[in-house]
Amino acid sequence: MTDIPQTGPADHSYALPPSYLGAGSTLKSWLLTTDHKRIGLLYLATITFFFFVGGVAATLMRMELITPAGDLVSADTYNRLFTLHGVIMVWFFLVPAIPATLGNFIMPLSIGARDVAFPRLNLLSWYLTAAGGALALVSLLMGGVDTGWTFYTPYSTLYSNSWVTLAAAGVFVAGFGTIATGLNFIVTVHTQRTQGMTWMRLPLFVWSIYATAIMMVLATPVLAIALLMVVAERLFNLGLFNPDQGGDPIIFQHIFWFYSHPAVYIMILPGMGVVTEVLTCFGRRRVFGYEAMVFAILGIAIFSFFVWGHHMFVSGQSTYASLIFSLLSFVVAVPSAIKVFNWSATLYGGHITFEASMLYALGFIGLFTLGGLTGLYLASIPIDVHVTDTYFIVAHFHYIMVGGMVSAFFAGLHYWWPKITGRTYSEGFARLAALLMFVGFNFTFFPQFILGYLGMPRRYWSYPPEFQILNIVSSFGALILAAAYLLPMIYLGLSLWRGRPAGNNPWKATGLEWATTSPPPRDNFDVRPVVNREPYSYHDDGSLPSNRDEHEENVNSQDSKGRGM
Amino acid sequence: MSSLNEPFDTITRQRSAAEFGIWIFLASEVLFFGGLFTGYSVYRFSYPTGFAAAGAETDLLIGTANTALLLTSSATMAVAVWSGRAGFRRQVLWGLSLTALLGAGFMVLKAIEYYNDFTESLIPGSPDFPVPDAGAQVFFSFYWVMTALHAVHLTIGVGAVMTTAIRVWLDRFDWRSTGLLHVLGLYWHLIDVIWIVLFPLLYLLGR
Repeated sequence: MTDIPQTGPADHSYALPPSYLGAGSTLKSWLLTTDHKRIGLLYLATITFFFFVGGVAATLMRMELITPAGDLVSADTYNRLFTLHGVIMVWFFLVPAIPATLGNFIMPLSIGARDVAFPRLNLLSWYLTAAGGALALVSLLMGGVDTGWTFYTPYSTLYSNSWVTLAAAGVFVAGFGTIATGLNFIVTVHTQRTQGMTWMRLPLFVWSIYATAIMMVLATPVLAIALLMVVAERLFNLGLFNPDQGGDPIIFQHIFWFYSHPAVYIMILPGMGVVTEVLTCFGRRRVFGYEAMVFAILGIAIFSFFVWGHHMFVSGQSTYASLIFSLLSFVVAVPSAIKVFNWSATLYGGHITFEASMLYALGFIGLFTLGGLTGLYLASIPIDVHVTDTYFIVAHFHYIMVGGMVSAFFAGLHYWWPKITGRTYSEGFARLAALLMFVGFNFTFFPQFILGYLGMPRRYWSYPPEFQILNIVSSFGALILAAAYLLPMIYLGLSLWRGRPAGNNPWKATGLEWATTSPPPRDNFDVRPVVNREPYSYHDDGSLPSNRDEHEENVNSQDSKGRGM
Repeated sequence: MSSLNEPFDTITRQRSAAEFGIWIFLASEVLFFGGLFTGYSVYRFSYPTGFAAAGAETDLLIGTANTALLLTSSATMAVAVWSGRAGFRRQVLWGLSLTALLGAGFMVLKAIEYYNDFTESLIPGSPDFPVPDAGAQVFFSFYWVMTALHAVHLTIGVGAVMTTAIRVWLDRFDWRSTGLLHVLGLYWHLIDVIWIVLFPLLYLLGR
């Protein structure tokens, strides 16, 4: 890979090298593509669209909550808004966000593969996700769903007069897209690694995508069956959860959370992988405790299946079950803590620079830690009973999902943007957006911890006047956050239009994806790379920044012997 | 007729990837049905007598005949898979056709059984539901969902087997080396295995 000409920023030509983007610009060339890179971009467009749909619902909710009285929307509309927000954001943004976009685009590149193992199945995954999203949108346009994203029975099966069946069908269909993606990624990591890319040389981003894929394959079918049972009960009056016929609504909660707790880790683990790549690159440091990180990732994936009962401490489940689930929930915090400590240790002694994606990644560590620690509050039964169904919960999972996952998504998007598009973006505006996001996020959600602790319940469209100050702060924060989310649309759009060619490896990073051209050719590598070193071989401990370039020359000139065909 | 697809370099690799992929899919399918098995188990623990009384209402004769049909179809499927590996075209065609036929036979018997269930009002929520015991309607809710979901899988299976048979007949793909017959066989066996679990749960318990 050494003889590829570097087109540095000093070169004022806007032309990019021939790449996967040149394979065609017609609609057909995109809709029938089996290129993992193009499918990744199809996903990127899809989740961006759904992110703004879900965001509009959130904006309306925050506007309603500026005043104590329910004056902007009716109570029923408010129910439909938060359900829409939850359904869209969880299944059509968070779950596919990193795995299906960055995972699809980058993961095959970083293991030196030509494509994923089953390229046509990969395209089918996108169609299933898009079809599921379309069904969910239709249910929204027909009047929406008022059950909350959890579809709790018996309300969803016996009472709700909204479009539960249609929305559940949408999530069901998209779920099979997720399963197919997970299956594809597992087989890809097993069979498509290039020569010398042993398991313990895999970048941690690949490990986290791999662990996520396992969870997708094993957890999503359980969601599918839970939703299928709800739909069957609605359509055919079966008694699966109906107490009149002997059914038990709590069973639904067990089955649902058996999926939805692993789903939390499906949403956060890929983010952890992205952050590891970004921190090592801009800290110029080998990752601290690689093996511990790998086992922490796998530990999280396994333990996540055994903690679902902590969502049900007040559901009337057995006390002993609650005790065990509480203990296991503390246990699952251990690998997460290992990761946070290892990130901190990685940064220690590093030559840190504050590029935009590094700012997002650092924000991730702080917000994820706060979200994770409040998760321990909620794993303790007495505190959980006190704050169940209050804004404390809302704040907690938004710190993980938005503070953590969305920050990590933007960190990855900015980190790999030059690779994906071949162009640079405005670093100054990107840093501004990263800071705005951090500040806006904390203004929005920190007050909700206090509101929840004071007893304000979630999912109400009106509240007692004494909560108004904190709600105004939260809504004001949401305004900043909205600006921070719109800003990247502008400067990344400008980058597409007028961005300078970024060069093959603008960050001087070590991953294999940087060893090919930006943007990569259709088959990713002109010559299949051979790996003969561990990942994250940045500078030796203690070397000075002034000596960095020389060392990295050595690092980047890897053996480019072709793979025997 | 090229049997090697992107992004694979060798047919052996492609074959093992396909077989690995279907095993992962089967794991996913087991968890799909797992939700139903869990629900069934919990309710059976809550309503042992209701489940026994309701279980006695299912059609043991048709259930047993269907079990025999499916077990035999797994044998014919195995014949097709291993003949494919050895390159015996005629045996592959016979194996696949018999498998599809036995699967279709299962569906016909199942349809008759559904019709009988319907006329006997074995429908949860129906005013004429014949079993008064608590939990009996839950049993039949699971009966309908489990057997219907199994039937959907079987229908997909029969369709896939027939399509494959036609494609082998027309020599549309390299059935000797791609491992596709093996993949199809594994899916078929899973449908069979799920039925082997459903049969005692729905027909034998309570008699």
